[in-house]
Amino acid sequence: MVDKKEPLLEVKRITKKFGGLTAVDNMDMQIFPGEVVGLLGDNGAGKSTLIKVISGVYHADAGEIFFKGKPVRIGNPMEALKIGIETIYQDLALAENLNVYSNIFLGREMLKKFLGLIKVLDHEYMLNESKKVLDQLEIEVPSLRNKIRTLSGGQRQAVAISRSIYWDAKFLIMDEPTAALGVVEQKKVLDLVRKLSSQGVPIIIISHQLHDVFSVADRLVIMRRGKKIAERITAKTTPDEVVGLIVGTLPGDYDNINNN
Amino acid sequence: MIGNQKARHIFLSLIRRWIFFFFAAEIVFFSITGTNYFSLKNLQNILLASTTVLLLATGETFVIITGGIDLSVGFVVGLSSVVCAKVMVDLEAAGLSQTLSISSGIIAALILGLLPGLVNGLLVANFRVPPFVATFGMYGIAYGSAEIICNNVPVHNLPTSVASMGHGYLFYWLPGKAFTFLSKPENLTRMELKDLISIIPNVTMITFLAIGVFAFILAKTKFGQHTYAIGGCTTAAERAGVNVKNHLIKVYMISSFFASLAGVMYVLRFITGRAPAGSARLLDAVVAVVIGGASLYGGTGTILGTVIGALIIGALEIGLVNLAIPTYNLHIAVGCILILAVLVDQFSPELVHRED
Repeated sequence: MVDKKEPLLEVKRITKKFGGLTAVDNMDMQIFPGEVVGLLGDNGAGKSTLIKVISGVYHADAGEIFFKGKPVRIGNPMEALKIGIETIYQDLALAENLNVYSNIFLGREMLKKFLGLIKVLDHEYMLNESKKVLDQLEIEVPSLRNKIRTLSGGQRQAVAISRSIYWDAKFLIMDEPTAALGVVEQKKVLDLVRKLSSQGVPIIIISHQLHDVFSVADRLVIMRRGKKIAERITAKTTPDEVVGLIVGTLPGDYDNINNN
Repeated sequence: MIGNQKARHIFLSLIRRWIFFFFAAEIVFFSITGTNYFSLKNLQNILLASTTVLLLATGETFVIITGGIDLSVGFVVGLSSVVCAKVMVDLEAAGLSQTLSISSGIIAALILGLLPGLVNGLLVANFRVPPFVATFGMYGIAYGSAEIICNNVPVHNLPTSVASMGHGYLFYWLPGKAFTFLSKPENLTRMELKDLISIIPNVTMITFLAIGVFAFILAKTKFGQHTYAIGGCTTAAERAGVNVKNHLIKVYMISSFFASLAGVMYVLRFITGRAPAGSARLLDAVVAVVIGGASLYGGTGTILGTVIGALIIGALEIGLVNLAIPTYNLHIAVGCILILAVLVDQFSPELVHRED
């Protein structure tokens, strides 16, 4: 068991600039095992940029990332995956023309020998393994042989999540997981988030739907103009306060430090 | 209720496979109306006549599944046929044996044939040139280069064994007397020669061998799976760690390889190399892929479908000749089938699998 006090992931003084624009400015953040952290901020606050630095899409101009206390270099998305950092983007990035289990195994297909010579896809294995992970997460999909095209938005989200979990996600980042979903499906996805965190997987969740974030997150990190301006325990704050912090009608906790 | 669903599922599956019925119906129709249409000789003729379309369409299937298109193949056939024939003629003139000249010509054409695909792939994958533009550019380049290489005249006077290879069959059978492999039984009388049954043209055998290998690759391997994934969602493939650029280059090289193989087959069949050799077959090849169930938007398609698509066109062509109907009617018929194919695809609902 990892000590509850030691963060699983820690970013220190991360800065990312695009030309003259500082998208993420000297950002610190810690995520502890089994914790759901809501990353909040208005459009352009730098949430997505920060996430992309952590998942290896962007290189930070300054700062360090620590995973389990050790400094890590995340040069590209594959390196992030190897460490166990899985990101589920809003667009999900599923191949709609492939079936459920092929998507779960995309890029990491299980192969078997055909006639002892040629490596071919092992459909049986991939189907069974996928079934196991979907069962573990209590996800219901009509059939794993169905193409993604035939699934609902919530089912697709569930498939994307199962893919991450199957590949041993030690840490999950979800970008707007409920944005495109109906009410019932939103609830299902949020249940899934709770289930994952109860299984010990820490999650960063980006969302504009404060209601969703309040219902699943243990802690909230609020960004404004690339900076972290406040951190709150969800149980000890209110949506009104958080909205105030996001739009800037309430002063942030670190405003003095950052402005000196 | 469940029985109903099952029936519906079967019904939809059959509609999705309409091309098989269409092909069968076509064969039956011409067999009844034509003369000697349903005979070993004529069916083998259909296969031979479909050679270029079959090969081009197989390579094109890979490209179309990734969401691209390869227009260059039309003239890569010609380029390859000219190179193949020219090398054979020049080497034989330089005093090399026929076997050596012929095999050098074939190897040279197949290797050179990879080049247009490499360039197409680099342009599409690394420089983000739209496939239509990149391969259309290559279409002209291949044609011009072929004309330069052959000095604007078809290459003739090939080594004499080219004909025996290209017109040869895998098996020969003289009922009750002889059964031979690759070459005709010796010392036949004129009457016996007339009764000799030739089974499986060499060209057709090579064609289907190549198609079979790549059908396997597309359907069964990781490479095939990634081809579909790129066509379905390039971002998904990229994020899943697929090297999309390399993959696309390989796909365009496969297409180009099949075009140059078609060029070599052209030389074997017609004992000449010509710059415009396969150009008329380019559109038929694309049509065969679409009839076979591939979407021009990428993500779907199978080699089996493509092969049936190509054979539908080939059977129709031979059928019209058999009935002495002018071949320009072929274009009308092929056009109708193409539109029918797209309509069926548009309006048949996605099949949903029931729980296994």
